[in-house]
Amino acid sequence: MTMTAFSADSRERLDAIIAAHRDREGPLLPILHDVQAEWGFIPEEAQPVLAEALGMTRAEIHGVVSFYHDFRDKPAGSHVLRLCRAEACQSMGADALADEVRAALGIDFHETTPDGRLTLEPVFCLGLCACAPSAQMGERLLGRADLGKVQRMVAEAGA
Amino acid sequence: MKDFIIPDRDMGTPPVKSDVTVNLTVDGIAVAVPAGTSVMRAAAVAGISVPKLCATDHVSAFGSCRLCVVAIEGMRGAPASCTTPVAEGMVVHTQTEDIARIRKGVMELYISDHPLDCLTCAANGDCELQDMAGAVGLREVRFDPGANHFMQREAGAPNPEYRPKDQSNPYFTFDPAKCIVCSRCVRACEEVQGTFALTIEGRGFDSRVSAGMDSDNFLSSDCVSCGACVQVCPTATLIENKVIDIGTPEHIVKTTCAYCGVGCSFDAHMRGEEVVRMVPSKDGKANRGHSCVKGRFAWGYATHQDRQTRPMIRENITDPWRVVGWDEALDFAASRLRAAQRDHGVDAIGVITSSRCTNEETYLVQKLTRAVFGNNNTDTCARVCHSPTGYGLKTTFGTSAGTHDFDSVDDTDLALIIGANPTDGHPVFASRLRKRLRQGAGLIVLDPREIDLLKTPHMGQGLHLPLRPGTNVAVLTAIAHVIVAEKLYDEDFIRKRCDWDEFAAYSEFLLDPRHSPEEVEKLSRVPADLIRQAARAYAAAPRASIYYGLGVTEHSQGSTTVMAIANLAMMTGNIGVPGTGVNPLRGQNNVQGSCDMGSFPHEYPGYRHVSDPEARAIYERAWGVSLREEPGLRIPNMFDEALAGRFRGLYCQGEDIVQSDPDTKHVTSALSAMDIVIVHDLFLNETSNYAHVFLPGSSFLEKDGTFTNAERRINMVRRAMTPKNGYEDWQITQMLANRMGAGWDYTHPREIMAEIALTTPSFSGVTYDLLDREGSVQWPCNEAAPLGTPVMHIDGFVRGKGRFIHTEYVATEERSGARFPLLLTTGRILSQYNVGAQTRRTDNTVWHPEDVLEIHPSDAENRGIRDGDWVRVASRSGETTLRATITERVAPGVVYTTFHHPATQANVVTTDNSDWATNCPEFKVTAVQVSPSNGPSDWQEEYRSHSELARRILPTAAE
Repeated sequence: MTMTAFSADSRERLDAIIAAHRDREGPLLPILHDVQAEWGFIPEEAQPVLAEALGMTRAEIHGVVSFYHDFRDKPAGSHVLRLCRAEACQSMGADALADEVRAALGIDFHETTPDGRLTLEPVFCLGLCACAPSAQMGERLLGRADLGKVQRMVAEAGA
Repeated sequence: MKDFIIPDRDMGTPPVKSDVTVNLTVDGIAVAVPAGTSVMRAAAVAGISVPKLCATDHVSAFGSCRLCVVAIEGMRGAPASCTTPVAEGMVVHTQTEDIARIRKGVMELYISDHPLDCLTCAANGDCELQDMAGAVGLREVRFDPGANHFMQREAGAPNPEYRPKDQSNPYFTFDPAKCIVCSRCVRACEEVQGTFALTIEGRGFDSRVSAGMDSDNFLSSDCVSCGACVQVCPTATLIENKVIDIGTPEHIVKTTCAYCGVGCSFDAHMRGEEVVRMVPSKDGKANRGHSCVKGRFAWGYATHQDRQTRPMIRENITDPWRVVGWDEALDFAASRLRAAQRDHGVDAIGVITSSRCTNEETYLVQKLTRAVFGNNNTDTCARVCHSPTGYGLKTTFGTSAGTHDFDSVDDTDLALIIGANPTDGHPVFASRLRKRLRQGAGLIVLDPREIDLLKTPHMGQGLHLPLRPGTNVAVLTAIAHVIVAEKLYDEDFIRKRCDWDEFAAYSEFLLDPRHSPEEVEKLSRVPADLIRQAARAYAAAPRASIYYGLGVTEHSQGSTTVMAIANLAMMTGNIGVPGTGVNPLRGQNNVQGSCDMGSFPHEYPGYRHVSDPEARAIYERAWGVSLREEPGLRIPNMFDEALAGRFRGLYCQGEDIVQSDPDTKHVTSALSAMDIVIVHDLFLNETSNYAHVFLPGSSFLEKDGTFTNAERRINMVRRAMTPKNGYEDWQITQMLANRMGAGWDYTHPREIMAEIALTTPSFSGVTYDLLDREGSVQWPCNEAAPLGTPVMHIDGFVRGKGRFIHTEYVATEERSGARFPLLLTTGRILSQYNVGAQTRRTDNTVWHPEDVLEIHPSDAENRGIRDGDWVRVASRSGETTLRATITERVAPGVVYTTFHHPATQANVVTTDNSDWATNCPEFKVTAVQVSPSNGPSDWQEEYRSHSELARRILPTAAE
């Protein structure tokens, strides 16, 4: 198959990530985390390279990458806002909140604002059920969320 | 999917080997099975079918569909019978009210996301989902159509979950709308084939089968089209295009694949006289239910429009062909053959037997020359591939054949692969080996090229010794040097089974410093350390096996290499036990058989020399003629004699010597010098361009007979359709023989086999009745071994004591120098077969439309060659042009190509060097120069126009 080849520089960065993990047990997930940290997503061109390095096939790598929602196949906006949609949050009005947030931001789930600053994602449980509904922005968690608090958090992050 | 029409029942989970037997009852029936067996399989043994979707005995249990739940007394809940192992005294109920309710609920969910177009579905009547819906009594689906994967449009809008069919593979279609995500295909690709081309992408409701990554389809993925996924698919999701086109088959003919020497057993699924599909037989002892793209799918050549079905003759090879009746063609052939003998002597004519035809056909062709022509001028295409195997193994062990069956690979701890590329040349064997490699067996590869086996997913690190072409003997001798120097040999075995003094003498020879890894590194370019590692690993493995191919035999020292291999196995005691042994991987379906059947000029069937008065007496009595005691001509001698004007006529069955033999120009001028060349084949080929008579042949689907595979296994070939040319090949040989006064009256190949058994000690127990009963047997099959011999040399070598022959490395004369600085070596690719006469006439060409030259980046750069450029390859024999592929699979200084396409004519370049003992040509080493080129060489253009002229056929009056 023909694939857009990685540039020499990208290949070097990828090789360095592989080298850092290849001798540990179960190296694939740590490598994928580092790849996503480096590129912001898992470039498809990286998958055959990982497969060859780990004695696997590109189908298997694709299977793993696509299994985890947190591994992206394209870059996200510079900030990612997650709204919890699991049962506890739903019972506390998460669906209504989601509608309000989507309307306020003008984007749907899995979409990014036109200026590329913010991506909206659903998440299924942040472990904050006691203070549902909850949200997350980067490392920051938000309990008892409402539209105002979410908008403030977005503004503070500069997104 | 196959259960509905095949009696070959699916037991649900694979068999388990265990010394412990467990007793249990299933629905009140007592059953005893090996410990570790699943409850599902135990039920099947008791004759009870537990409903199932994700389970099949091709792959290990997975436990995902939950349809196979059962009730087990003393166990809580409803365990899945496929993943629950049996226990002593277990009491299983496969049908209870609770279980029935659970199954119905599971089925209802499956059907809620499956189209209900059964009547127009390609799997109608052959669908396990359909069968199971029936088995659980599904009568309604209570769920409203909601989100689903099968409707193209929903409520007027495109359904975002719908994916269109993937029809990129020429032989089968993937229709995601029908998929129930049982993952049988993914597991078959992993466990059975070992390619890992498929995966389940996403999760939950988004789970789908995916070939490769997002941007891949089946064709661009790693898929090698072996068909294992299609075979296990329970629905119409993965299904043969032929079934989509014409419908389900109505009867089955069990037969044997006519491609490589693995000799896979197949069930030809027929509708009338039309093949619907070829499915590998689960009870096939060579392939155990697996197949490759060639046997599974590439049989369309049998009905290809190029197939010639009527005899043709011509006065001169420059004339166009004239279609004639059988009588006229055979009279013409017989009278010209007799005329050649009258004018030039009894020895002026001969035959070449085919490694693709049946044992019975080959036997008749050699009988024709010995009993009717009155000479021993018979040779076979094995001359150009495995004759050194015959010589080398006969000299050392006493039999001209491999020592083990393919099942033995399941027990090996280390496989040493020499000059073979099993994933391409012997794919089903490669899959079996890969399975063992994933279980932890070691791998050493001795090959100039980095073969795909080294890239087996999920195996440990293989050891690759990338030697310079032509240095096999040096490297193997160095490995033996290390084994002796470090005292890694098996003294007990050698003392008991071989001659200790002989070994001592060989040791002394080996210990000479010229055989040390350091010295050999200079010749072979294999680092000394790698040679030592390989020697230690091979000697240390409890059960080490050697498998080798034409990269061993097709050399000026082919026979010496075979003996070096035999020496290694003997000195480490790796003979006579499952998992060990020395096994040649035979190139063609019946190379072993054609050698067994007395195709060589010096040997009668069963490898008895023609000068042996006892053997001769047997045939003189059986055939009622007196026989010559001098060996006849080998193929290269036939050509030399033809050029000298003394050899005037040739009957060539099922072999394209112009394309497959070395030094094409020499071959064509020899053929041009003959008075009568008879080509007996399916197609007009390169050799028929030089022929006077063309006798149309029958394909393996059109005749009865037997093929013998690389493990000495005699497999039945059965007639599935009427020969399009009117006769089976053995009948045609008989008609020609009778026109020359033979008076043969065989009415069926079973009678020919009876004559073979009567006259050949190693076949004396073989009958068609036995083969029908047992499926297959491995020779020797006689009074001592009435059911055949899977593993040879168990208690002692056939020849008595194993012999150590000294293996002095003699460099080939074919050396790279200033004019020809690169070494060309040749090989095979998965989708094509030999000269390509069959595979080029199938859709397999999508994978390999032309031969290409592999060249290392540094050699390419030095010559200004870019990937895909046309390049000229020249040797001292000739030159040709083809496209270059730049790759690090070949070492600097080595280039590699295949010989599947006549337009390439790689053998124009190869030389007339050959093995010292057997004349097997040195295909694997040719010194060449490579330079950029604008397109086909003059020779190729000239050849193409000559081919067109030579293949003109006059229109017949009837048309």
